Amino acid sequence: MDPLDVSRWQFGITTVYHFIFVPLTIGLAPLIAVMQTVWVITDNPAWYRLTRFFGKLFLINFALGVATGIVQEFQFGMNWSEYSRFVGDVFGAPLAMEGLVAFFFESTFLGLWIFGWTRLPRLVHLACIWVVAVAVNMSAFFIIAANSWMQHPVGARYNPETGRAELTSIVALFTNNTATAAFSHAVTGAFLTSGTFVAGVCAWWLVRARDSDEARTMYRPATILGCLVALAAAAGLGLTGDAQGKLMFQQQPMKMASAESLCHTETDPDFSVLTIGTHNNCDSVTHLIEVPYVLPFLAEGRFDGVKLEGVKDLQEQYQTKFGPGDYRPNLFVTYWAFRAMIGFLAVPGLFALVALWLTRRGRIPDQRWFAWFALLVLPTPFLANSAGWVFTEMGRQPWVVVPNPTGDQMIRLTVDQGVSGHSAGLVLTSLITFTALYAGLAVVWFWLLRRYVVEGPLEHDSEPAPPKPPGDDEIAPLSFAY
Amino acid sequence: MELHDFWFIALAGLFVGFFVLEGFDFGIGMLMKPFGRVAKGDREQHQRAALNTIGPVWDGNEVWLITAGGAMFAAFPGMYATLFSGLYLPLLAILVSMILRICAIEWRGKIDDPRWRQWADLGIAIGSWVPAVLWGVVFAALVRGLPVNADKQIHLSFTDVFNPYTLLGGLATAGLFAFHGALFARLKTEGAVRDDATRFAARLALPVTTAVAAFGVWTQLAHGNDWTWLILGFAIVSQLSAVMLVLSKGGDGWAFTCTAWTVAAVVILLFAVLYPNLIPSTLNPDWSLTVQNASSTPYTLKIMSWAALIFAPLVITYQAWTYWVFRQRISADRIPAPIGLSRRPM
Repeated sequence: MDPLDVSRWQFGITTVYHFIFVPLTIGLAPLIAVMQTVWVITDNPAWYRLTRFFGKLFLINFALGVATGIVQEFQFGMNWSEYSRFVGDVFGAPLAMEGLVAFFFESTFLGLWIFGWTRLPRLVHLACIWVVAVAVNMSAFFIIAANSWMQHPVGARYNPETGRAELTSIVALFTNNTATAAFSHAVTGAFLTSGTFVAGVCAWWLVRARDSDEARTMYRPATILGCLVALAAAAGLGLTGDAQGKLMFQQQPMKMASAESLCHTETDPDFSVLTIGTHNNCDSVTHLIEVPYVLPFLAEGRFDGVKLEGVKDLQEQYQTKFGPGDYRPNLFVTYWAFRAMIGFLAVPGLFALVALWLTRRGRIPDQRWFAWFALLVLPTPFLANSAGWVFTEMGRQPWVVVPNPTGDQMIRLTVDQGVSGHSAGLVLTSLITFTALYAGLAVVWFWLLRRYVVEGPLEHDSEPAPPKPPGDDEIAPLSFAY
Repeated sequence: MELHDFWFIALAGLFVGFFVLEGFDFGIGMLMKPFGRVAKGDREQHQRAALNTIGPVWDGNEVWLITAGGAMFAAFPGMYATLFSGLYLPLLAILVSMILRICAIEWRGKIDDPRWRQWADLGIAIGSWVPAVLWGVVFAALVRGLPVNADKQIHLSFTDVFNPYTLLGGLATAGLFAFHGALFARLKTEGAVRDDATRFAARLALPVTTAVAAFGVWTQLAHGNDWTWLILGFAIVSQLSAVMLVLSKGGDGWAFTCTAWTVAAVVILLFAVLYPNLIPSTLNPDWSLTVQNASSTPYTLKIMSWAALIFAPLVITYQAWTYWVFRQRISADRIPAPIGLSRRPM
């Protein structure tokens, strides 16, 4: 067994797992802030109950996002120490700033929000959840800026004396066009996740409690809010994804060629929807369904006259440039992850349209299939997020730092150069430990979420707490979250 | 003073923040079981009272570690790479236990069921004891030196991590955190829980002070220099003051402040004896990683310094405000009924 493979499996498993919880955190915090704002402005108790209800689901989810995030920070040093040595001067700064500028805010103000219901004035308490909502999104920016530097290194130079990459401009690192595109895309994906989550849960309750007052006052408005967010996000994902794709064609042509299973350089190739074949060798792939015009548009925003480089030609170019080696990512994963991402994105969009139609002009839907649809749509944005990251991370293999075609060519690193010199057995120990632990926690996470969703907004959350600090003899139940 | 010296101090400061704040979180977690066992009355209410004292703050406290890790990566990438890959298994154990702790604290009250709480308490106990011991072991091992070779790699043997000195270090940090946590509970509660906390602190006082003093003196004699005696002296004086205050039933706030200073002084002592090394090599002193040979470029350090100078005071301000908001004492008999759901829908 190769320690490199084990390390890559561990990074893949822990990262995909981490990013199940993170998008829900990033997207749901602002929606909870919106719900609480509506309550504070209108004094409508339905929005108070929604805030409390989704607040609890948020916390169940937040715990696991934080817990798995520490592993992410530590394993660069533990498993990818040569990578850390090579890029630390550049890559460490955004990570440290994430803690200092964003994560401190997020954690401290979340504590204030959870325990401060009766201890803080109403507006101060509302401000706390807004701080959390902004800070989680800032976190996302710092982390994605760091990741985007690996996809498209800018603002750095190679120092031949120390043999490492060194930061020359922090501004260039934060204004990296790859970072702004990837950040907007990932955050829009987070809003798709949270919008779908709110819409799906509330639509299911809407059908279930269709004869109650809550259906009209609480579940219907929340479903509509969720649907609008999801729909806007689905459209936004198309736009931001398109922008990101165009950058990828310039910056990482190999990734896009693999995503299309395009073997040979062609002018105006067709976009492939379905292929069969082993995908290990791009010549073995048979393209079954293809659509013209799409690919030239994705690459350069034109419908014809676009020359796209194929995997084989790129491989030859890279070999002349960077020496012998296999510079092709796993074609099967790259091709299908790209399509899975788009496919899973379409489902919540469709659901939002259906739900908005069924709830039009005060209607309360009673179709059982609709309730089922609402539940089945819940996992799809999570799957789309995962597929997107699997595509973007596996599509740059074998690079961990992809050489920037217009930058310092010496700033490049392959995964086998970046991995720590551990034995396979040692890394296997941690891989098995993390996988088992994560699997167990995922079961509890799912069970807890399900239990709280099925219970619905609680009765004791129907009366807002008095917004003043309790007197000496009063019990303030909301101040005891544990 | 050059920027890499400043960042050595800043890194020490971040670890001081982490251990002073998370130290009492670990302590509360370590004492959760005794809190449920000793006093008369509803055990569960006592445990909940103890846990709710750190409720609003423990998550923010943990970010000091995240930031310390990020700062080490950014300011001393050489240290981050060598240390984290070298201490692979101890760090794995710390990570696993801290994951258990986060989930257990956050999920414990979500289901109102004794068996559920037992599992959560187990998670909190593991997640508090294991890091409380291992952080001491890891830092002691670092101060003692690790087998860094010419290629900046560490091939660890068992005795590099576990030997009398590092085990004493683990004992000292675990004891100190438990003591610190008991004093925090004493400061934040009233009634039976506070009586318990005082009792735990009194019982821990002698063994903990002995362990901390022994570890401090060993560190000083083996690795210290003239002026680190001052830090050690300060640590022992503040620890003794805390003990006196506990035994004389003196001010809760002062006693807690004293252990906070003890924790800070112990961390500062460890960093002070380390300087200018980051990781002393036991194989050849020339292979040691130092603030000069393992740091980032002056440009990166300058950027990081600006970020730290702007944001660190801000962080300290709003974290302090959080403690002010939740300054009220908690008592077990005034804790409301659990609000968690039953295991199955009614």
